[in-house]
Order: sequence, then C-alpha cells, then structure tokens
Amino acid sequence: MIADRISLVVIAVVVTLVVAFGYLRLGDRALALLPLAWNRRLLPWLFVAPAAAMLGLTLVFPAILTVVFSFFDAEGSAFVGFANYSETLSDSVTQIALRNTVMWVLLLPALAVLVGLTIAVLAERVAYGGLVKAALFLPIAISAVAAGVIWTFMYDYQPPIAEQTGTVNALITLIPGTDPVAWIINEATNNYALIAATLWTQAGFAMVIFAAALRSIPEELHEAARLDGASEWKLFRHVTFPALVPTVVVVATTMTVIALKAFDIVYVMTNGSYGTDVLSTVMYRELFTAKDNGVAGAVATILMVAVIPIMIFNVRQFRRGKES
Amino acid sequence: MAAQVEDVSAPVVHHETAVRAGQLRLRLGHLPLHLVVVGITAVWLIPLLGLLVSSFRPTPAVLSTGWWHSFALPGDYTIDNYREVLDRNSMLLSLFNSLAIVVPATLLTVVLSSAAAYALACMQFKFRSGVLLLIVTLLIVPVQITLVPLLRVFNSLDLTGSFLGLWLVHLGYGLPFAVYLLHNFFAALPRELFEAAEMDGASRSQVFFAIVLPISRPALASLAIFEFVWTWNDLLTALIFLGGFREVAPMTVAVSQLVASRGNGWEVLTSAAMLSMVVPMAVFLAMQKQFVRGMLAGFAKG
Repeated sequence: MIADRISLVVIAVVVTLVVAFGYLRLGDRALALLPLAWNRRLLPWLFVAPAAAMLGLTLVFPAILTVVFSFFDAEGSAFVGFANYSETLSDSVTQIALRNTVMWVLLLPALAVLVGLTIAVLAERVAYGGLVKAALFLPIAISAVAAGVIWTFMYDYQPPIAEQTGTVNALITLIPGTDPVAWIINEATNNYALIAATLWTQAGFAMVIFAAALRSIPEELHEAARLDGASEWKLFRHVTFPALVPTVVVVATTMTVIALKAFDIVYVMTNGSYGTDVLSTVMYRELFTAKDNGVAGAVATILMVAVIPIMIFNVRQFRRGKES
Repeated sequence: MAAQVEDVSAPVVHHETAVRAGQLRLRLGHLPLHLVVVGITAVWLIPLLGLLVSSFRPTPAVLSTGWWHSFALPGDYTIDNYREVLDRNSMLLSLFNSLAIVVPATLLTVVLSSAAAYALACMQFKFRSGVLLLIVTLLIVPVQITLVPLLRVFNSLDLTGSFLGLWLVHLGYGLPFAVYLLHNFFAALPRELFEAAEMDGASRSQVFFAIVLPISRPALASLAIFEFVWTWNDLLTALIFLGGFREVAPMTVAVSQLVASRGNGWEVLTSAAMLSMVVPMAVFLAMQKQFVRGMLAGFAKG
C-alpha cells in the first residue's frame, strides 16, 4: 500500500509537469497560427482558462447550487421556499450554534490582535525576544486536529479527590480551596476553552504580520517623540498604534473569517456536544447524519451571508490599492 | 532598544539627560513587561512540551499522573506508544496517504495558479479585472458553501474516497489565494525583463518558462509551503470527500478517528498527534523565511 502511494505521487508529479508544459507550449504554438487579433484575444485565456475552470467547478457553481438547494426539500425535488431557513433557525441547536459563532467572531479577532500585537511590540524589548516569537510561531504549522488533542489533554479533568493529570487543573488546584473545572464539559467555560485553543494556533500569524508592520514604521518618528520626553506608553498610543490601524484591520478580518469557518477544533474536542456547536458542525451533521441537503444548504448560506460584508470590504480595499 | 538610545545620544549631547531619565523609567517598569512576555511564552510552549513528554510515557503513568511527574528521577520513558500507533493503527499508511494527497494537490495549485497569475499580471485582455475581482471575492468564501453540491457530484461520479477527487477539490480551494499571491508578485516584476525577450521573438509560453518562473522561485516556494501545510492540516475536506475509509485516510482524519474512539487512551493519541505534526513542522521550520514572506505578500497587502 505504501509503495502504491509513493508511485502515485511520482506519477502524478510527472504527469502534471509534462501535461502543463505540453499544454502551454503546444497551445501557444497552435494559437500563433491564428490571425494576430485573434491570437491577442485568445492567448491570455490559454493561461487563465485552467484555473478559471477549476474556480468555476469547485467554488462558483457549487456556491450558487447550494443557495438554490437551500430552497428545496431534503432530496432537492420540491421547492419549499424559506422552510429550511425557518426550520433550522427555530431549532435550538442552530440557535446555540449561531450564539457560539457570534462569540467566536467577537473573541477570536480581538484576542488574536491583543496577543499578536503585544508580543510583536514587547519581544523587541527583551533579550529573549527570539524565543518568545518562536513560541508563538510554532503552532502555525500544527493542525487544528493536533491542537485539539493537545488542548483536550491540557484541559483534562479528574474528580477533586483524584490527582489532576491535566495541566490547567493541576495549576488551578494549587490555589487552596479551588476545585478543578471540567473545562470542556462545563457549559460556562467550554466555548471559551475552544476559542482559546484556536487562539493558540492563530496568534503567531497575527504576530508575524504585526512585527512586519512595526518594522515598516520609520524609526525617526519614535526617536523624535522620545527626545520630546514621551513615555513608552504615550509613544505606543500616539505614534505606533495609529500607524498600525490598517494592519489591525487585516488581522481582524482574517481572524473573523477563521472564526466563521471554525470546524476542526470543535469537531475534535467536543463534536459540538455540551452546547459548543458552531454553524459548520451543525452543517456537517445535516449533511452526513440527517442527510438533508436543503437544511445543510440553508446553514451554509447563512454562513456565506455572514461573510459578505468582509468580501465587499476586501474588494473595496483591492480596488483602492489598484488605483493608488 | 538600548542600541537605538545610544545612537541618538551620541551626536545630540544636550538630550542625554532626557534619555537617561527615560532609561530609568524603563528599567523600573521592566518587571511587568517580563511577567507578560514570560507568561505568554509559557502558555504557548507548555502545551507542546506536555504533548511531547506524554508521548514518551508508559500507559499507566499517563493515566495516573500529570506529565510533569515524569521529570522525577529516574525518568520512566518508552517508545512503545509510537511503536503501537505505527503498527496497530496503521499510522504509517496514513502518513503516506497524507503525502499522496498533499504533494500532487500542492503541485497542481502552483502550476495552474502561476499560469493564470502570469496572464492576469502581464497581459491585457477583456474581463481581466473581472477575473481578478472574482478571485479577491473568492479569497474568503467559506468552503462549506460548496460541500453539498460537490458531494453530490462526487457520489454520482463515484469519486468519493479517491485521491484524484480530493486533489481537484484542494486545487480549487487553494487557487484564489495562490493566484492572488502570485499576481501580486508578478505585477511587481520589471516589465523590461520580458519585453526584451518578446522583441526577440520569444513566445509568451517561452517567456513564462524561461524568465518568469525562474526569477519567481522565492514566491513559488512561499506558495508551495503554504499550500503544503494547509492541505496537510486540512480535516474537513478529507473527512467529507474521502468518505471515512481507513485505507485512504490522511493523518488528520486518522487522528480524529482515534479521538472519537477514546478507548485507545491518551498515550496512543499523543504519539499519533506528534507523528501528524512532524512533516508540516519540519517543512515549516526548514523554510520559515519563505513562509513568512508568503504570509506578508498574501495578507499584509490588504
């Protein structure tokens, strides 16, 4: 089996490279036989068409179809109007998922900006800054699945009389009179616990972006303010932070999208139990357990609608960038 | 920081007292600074250390005491967890499944996106800005919106559980970011580079292969690392389009199945999670520079 996998990789790599090279070189030559005006018009599409076709087949058409399905019944045979929406929105599971998704969208960007910015600024001021940055940086490469295992382990709970094997509970029970908390099961803490685990994987991303933005602020600004006797805090508040606002927006929107799409870590740590569902886990269950394409489509469409404001914002930013 | 203060104080002597006072304030205020930085570092490193240590502890020890107890001498460590997870849970096959999914998917994404980005950045044609705007829009589409119809198509074409199907889905999902990143890079290349070659009668595809791709190696490397790590770490797409068959499951799916059947116990889970992290971590650490550069080009541009 393993040998099969290796040969599959080798064949796929060779075929991809040969086909891509042959397609572009031969296509280019074939188009050269056309009149110049036609060649000019068609040649760009030789390069763009494969990618454009894949975008259409995997993203654009499926997205449109999902919205259409959301107005049909489970098998997609009868038009039901907004019935799927009213069904799912009146379901307490979806309501909890909506509440949790809102919580994710409010907390994850705010915390990622806070931690990322704090470390980007403070790491410059300590001798061991490299270590700190490396610590935040490492989890970027860790899958949400592995992070889920790591944090399930960190949050592990044993009854108060037993020895605590989870790091978090072992630490808090050091304080006299404190009982261990079942972080993942307790509904007062579990959503925060999941968001914190996601923050652990994402804060490094925010830090890298902020560190680069900090480096691009002209040093003279800081020197001038320092010579005028400004305190470090005032310096940050009035010089550094205003220059970073565009970066805060970039990090916050990226994290908002990550929060909206959250699936893996919830799936691994709780599978949506104990009131931790988010829209993606509800949709996954509708798709696989309930096998209801209509309701699954409705949940996905709700998710999509939530992203649209960020999409419009991005397109505006992109257009502005083009003009300048 | 200290170096900057000295640079300033050297030529501008009369400001020295102000700078000294600033330094004193800084030193007095250092304790909270260190507390915050050390605290955050600990929160980020301890979970990793805990996983690493636990993965080498024998089963009874993992179940009865916290991982930090293993530091008491004599240390009681074992590689049995790794042996067990590789043998009994066929994690080795999953490792190669992950490679068989990730390598072709990454290559396809790099190939298709570089061709498209070249045309979008360096040629004039109708609908060019339309395609670009579409790509910027698709950058943040939640893939969840595509799952229902794609799964139907997969079922009717009998693609569920095949690597080919998953390559194509990863390719489609990866393209918006890939084209966007490379477009930014290609658009910044000096035009004279290819105009001279075109004057000499080189065709577009010759320019693409002989000039554009070789000088874009850093950007292509950044993109490849990104796609590699993302695809490796993906769970949702593999879960949906591979249909949960054990013999094609990549590492993320295999580990999540271990979690679901908790009967396996922690010790196997920790070593499985460690194994699933080895490859992306190695790629990531070996090529951090390219990773960061790709990140900045792809996101910080806004």
